Amino acid sequence: MAGLELLSDQGYRLDGRKAPELRKVQARMGVFAQADGSAYIEQGNTKALAVVYGPHEIRGSRSKSLHDRAVINCQYSMATFSTAERKRRPHGDRKSSEMSLHLKQTFEAAVLTQLYPRSQIDIYVKILQSDGGNYSACVNAATLALVDAGIPMRDYVCACTAGFVEDTPLADLCHAEESGGGTTLSLALLPRSENIALVQMDARLHQDHLPALMEAAIEACKGLSKVLDSVVRQHLQEVSVQTQD
Amino acid sequence: MLKSKTFVKKTRSGGVLKIVREHYLRDDIWCGCEICSECKDESPVLQRDACIESSLCTFPHYLIPDTNVVLHQIDILEDPLIRNVIILQTVLQEVRHRSAPVYKRIKDAIHDKEKHFYTFTNEHHRETFVEREQGESANDRNDRAIRVAAKWYSEHLSKSARGAETKVVLLTNDRANKEKAEQSGVIAYRCEEYIKSLIGNPELVDRLALTSDDQNEISGSKLLFPEHLPLSRIQVGIKSGAYLQGSFRANTDNYLEATVFIHGEGDKTTEVLIQGLQNLNRAVHQDVVAVELFPKERWVTPSSVVLQDDTPKDEDTEEEEAEKKLESPVLDITMLKPTGRVVGIIKRNWRPFCGMLNQSQIKEATRHLFTPADRRIPRIRIETRQASALVGQRIIGHFVRNLGGAGDKETETEVLLLEHDVPHQPFSQAVLSFLPKMPWSITEEDLKVRADLRHLCVCSVDPPGCTDIDDALHCRELDNGNLEVGVHIADVSHFIRPGTALDQEAANRGTTVYLCGKRIDMVPELLSSNLCSLRSNVERLAFSCIWEMNHNAEIINAHFTKSVINSKASLTYAEAQMRIDDSNMNDDVTKSLRGLNKLARILKARRIEKGALTLSSPEVRFHIDSETHDPIDLQTKELKDTNSMVEEFMLLANISVAQKIYDEFSECALLRKHPAPPPSNYDILIKASKSKGLVIRTDSAKSLADSLNVATVENFSYFNTLLRILATRCMMQAVYFCSGMDSDFHHYGLASPIYTHFTSPIRRYSDIIVHRLLAVAVHADSTYPELMDKHKLSALCNNLNYRHKMAQYAQRASVAFHTQLFFKNRGNLNEEGFILFVRKNAIIILIPKFGLEGTVFFENKDKPGPRLSFDSEGPTLTVEDQHTFHIFDKVKVTISLDASNIQHQKIRMALLEPVIPGVSVQLPEPEPEAKKPKLDR
Repeated sequence: MAGLELLSDQGYRLDGRKAPELRKVQARMGVFAQADGSAYIEQGNTKALAVVYGPHEIRGSRSKSLHDRAVINCQYSMATFSTAERKRRPHGDRKSSEMSLHLKQTFEAAVLTQLYPRSQIDIYVKILQSDGGNYSACVNAATLALVDAGIPMRDYVCACTAGFVEDTPLADLCHAEESGGGTTLSLALLPRSENIALVQMDARLHQDHLPALMEAAIEACKGLSKVLDSVVRQHLQEVSVQTQD
Repeated sequence: MLKSKTFVKKTRSGGVLKIVREHYLRDDIWCGCEICSECKDESPVLQRDACIESSLCTFPHYLIPDTNVVLHQIDILEDPLIRNVIILQTVLQEVRHRSAPVYKRIKDAIHDKEKHFYTFTNEHHRETFVEREQGESANDRNDRAIRVAAKWYSEHLSKSARGAETKVVLLTNDRANKEKAEQSGVIAYRCEEYIKSLIGNPELVDRLALTSDDQNEISGSKLLFPEHLPLSRIQVGIKSGAYLQGSFRANTDNYLEATVFIHGEGDKTTEVLIQGLQNLNRAVHQDVVAVELFPKERWVTPSSVVLQDDTPKDEDTEEEEAEKKLESPVLDITMLKPTGRVVGIIKRNWRPFCGMLNQSQIKEATRHLFTPADRRIPRIRIETRQASALVGQRIIGHFVRNLGGAGDKETETEVLLLEHDVPHQPFSQAVLSFLPKMPWSITEEDLKVRADLRHLCVCSVDPPGCTDIDDALHCRELDNGNLEVGVHIADVSHFIRPGTALDQEAANRGTTVYLCGKRIDMVPELLSSNLCSLRSNVERLAFSCIWEMNHNAEIINAHFTKSVINSKASLTYAEAQMRIDDSNMNDDVTKSLRGLNKLARILKARRIEKGALTLSSPEVRFHIDSETHDPIDLQTKELKDTNSMVEEFMLLANISVAQKIYDEFSECALLRKHPAPPPSNYDILIKASKSKGLVIRTDSAKSLADSLNVATVENFSYFNTLLRILATRCMMQAVYFCSGMDSDFHHYGLASPIYTHFTSPIRRYSDIIVHRLLAVAVHADSTYPELMDKHKLSALCNNLNYRHKMAQYAQRASVAFHTQLFFKNRGNLNEEGFILFVRKNAIIILIPKFGLEGTVFFENKDKPGPRLSFDSEGPTLTVEDQHTFHIFDKVKVTISLDASNIQHQKIRMALLEPVIPGVSVQLPEPEPEAKKPKLDR
């Protein structure tokens, strides 16, 4: 059997998208009443749930507290049913720990932590279904949840992946494209200032191709930010209508 | 833009896995027609007046072929006449799945701007996407998708203002599909029908591939080979005698032929010939297989065709042709060999193979064909994602390791070591730990148990550049007028004690392997080049074999002792020869050499008298550039008197020691024998000499040696050498064996009743064992259980024989590779050579100047070969009824390096003289100066 053709001569990808096109994004905010903030996002078949608690007092050992800003605590997990083969450990494996760390770094750059010294903000994200771009779905969901919790941020944090196939940068890779060989770059962006909160790439890529790939990822992030913005506005409208009654 | 999803299930590697993929449907996929007003395509591919004149379709039309039409009629679609074709994505994907070559060709057609082929991404078009229904097979769904797309096109085109008269025509060979299409209002024709209707292009009809209607449902898996039988049935069959068990040996020259050696009772082995892919039935070289014999009427002769699987393609049509070629008319009933087929494999003998990758024609494919370096191994399909990085690299196994670039000297050496199973890793720490501590010196205890021979005038004679000197000689006159001759051999067994890791490693390696410019040591360098090496002016431990001889070289008595010696000079053969010849020199060393030389002559004459053979093989030496290590020149090895002097005493020592250890240990002496070849081996030699009017008698070694001596042809001085080369090819392999396991000790080539190896313990493990046996025999050392166990010794012999054979092959391969390198730097060379063998479609030529052997083929894959008639009696080959090639004929050939196949770069020879039009080549024009390699200056 021949491998998959990731990009056809006509410029269509496996699922019928063109190179710079994103998958369909659907999101809701305020899905849970108990938490301070929550959001659910679907990027194609990747589905993520984010919950935010805080800012509150430091739980556990006090030694972790920082005198000038808030501590951000992130926990990433994947549902056992999220992948094609059932996962044994939903969280705590190396990949999850690494992902938690990345999320923490991303949001420490975006949240105005100095407003809440000696306190803690918890962000819990769970992947319900995984089809590529887990990190970016988590970042986007957590952003919405933070907005929902009313925690001040510099900007939305929008994340998206981009890959490189046949000299063409592809935006927002699905699982088949991610595992089909080639490079995947994850990028988290503060779209208004175009500051990059995190960028990660763990395969080899020729240096000449990097600017094109980054550009594609940035464009994709900007596209996402528009979607997220409309979701937030939509949600606010709904909430304000409800509270007026 | 509409988005929608569909779910696809898929199974992988046994387990059923549900895979969910998104599938977006779009409404911005254009039809690609110039006439269309709806679509916003900027550069439509399909032309406005798409006219292929056809009596069936008088209107302008576009063609939509279905999958089977593309697969089978790709020749037609490639014709420049056929234009304006819509290739549906469904079709393209199916083609990609089924046949990589056709996929490549259709892609090329699509990229050709003149052809106006348009790919319609129907699977992602909102209106043409078709979901698989319950109970519908994948094939049926695809057919439906094609029909739906065709229907959409016809409706879409009729909507546009000017497109009313333009229609689409579906080409399908499937009757049911055609009917259904017609029902839904699409014009559908059978491919044949349509092509025949084309006006003015009758030649296209001839290119139609014949397919009957019923065959169009492609069976998913063609049964390529008969199934292997389960082991239980094989065992029953072997017991009842229905099947035979043997080891499978693929033929190097012909990949469709193999021999199975059946080990019968005792020494009796029979060979069964296997011909054809089906009969070979996936057996790989060196497998243990079960074969079934065919009835006598199906027996065939081994074909003398040289068939190389050089052009790897995915299609197997070529192989069928090749198989036809194999079916040679039976000429002679007596030539028939037992023939059979492989029914099952008892034991696979797979190992890591070296070779390189042929990249699949589909870029994203993960499975690729791998061509092993050893011709006897078939191509292997391997799975890798890094194909593009690996192409042109030498790799090993199911991609275990990347060895480096093909053609690179280091890599090629590594490959040939691996291919010949030569252990060549650096010695492990465990092995090195058993080495003596440096600085090392001879202790008092050593001196106590050894004879002190330091005062003797011992010297060594070796090839230039030799660092592992394992033998030294002396000769002096005794008071009674007799001569004392001593052969002193490095006492390696003193350092390598039985049972240590060092001993095991050496036993495994078996021998030192000498390649061009590289030596793979059997023992660590500290021993081989220093402590054991009998260098001049240092004290070394030795095992001495000392004879008292009279001046007629008759042995009066012999004794063996461990000793300490101090060599006075280490000479090269040339230096030794000069000393002997220079009458002004009269020092002890020179006198000793003269004495030795005199005795050696007598010994040699006596040996030849007894019937020892003097054989010949073309051996060459390379002059290696000291910096680049590239061969810059080569010369044939020269033999000097001193060579044979050393050789004579080594033989004498070996024979004496063999006799001694056999007398002491009749059950467990390690000896070496050289069996007499079966008379049939000499057929080629007798035939060849008959053609020159000479008679070679082969009834005994003595008569063979005598008749070789007198076989000369006037004005043809090289003839005798050629004849000796041929005779060498007739010989059997000499082997080690344990005296308790065999009864025939005779050494045919040396005409000695008993023989062993004693004189090179640094480079041969057999000699170490012999040293140990001898040490026990002269009470210089104690014995140990393994040494006295004939079964263990016999197993060791098998390993040693195998290692020696492999080392020899590796050596030859190394020479062959360096020859290639040599010719690479030289460009084309014109040389004279002699015909060594005549084959059915080729002649094999030896070029004495380079000791190089090559094949001149008279058949070519691309063009029809000349008329050939082969006479197996001569053997002669007549080409174009003009020239008859006999064995030993002198010819002139041009030699060049053929690098077209990187994997097997080879020396190509083409005939210059005699001139046969259409067969021989013209003398090439002298190359322009600029092209000449720099080395030529």
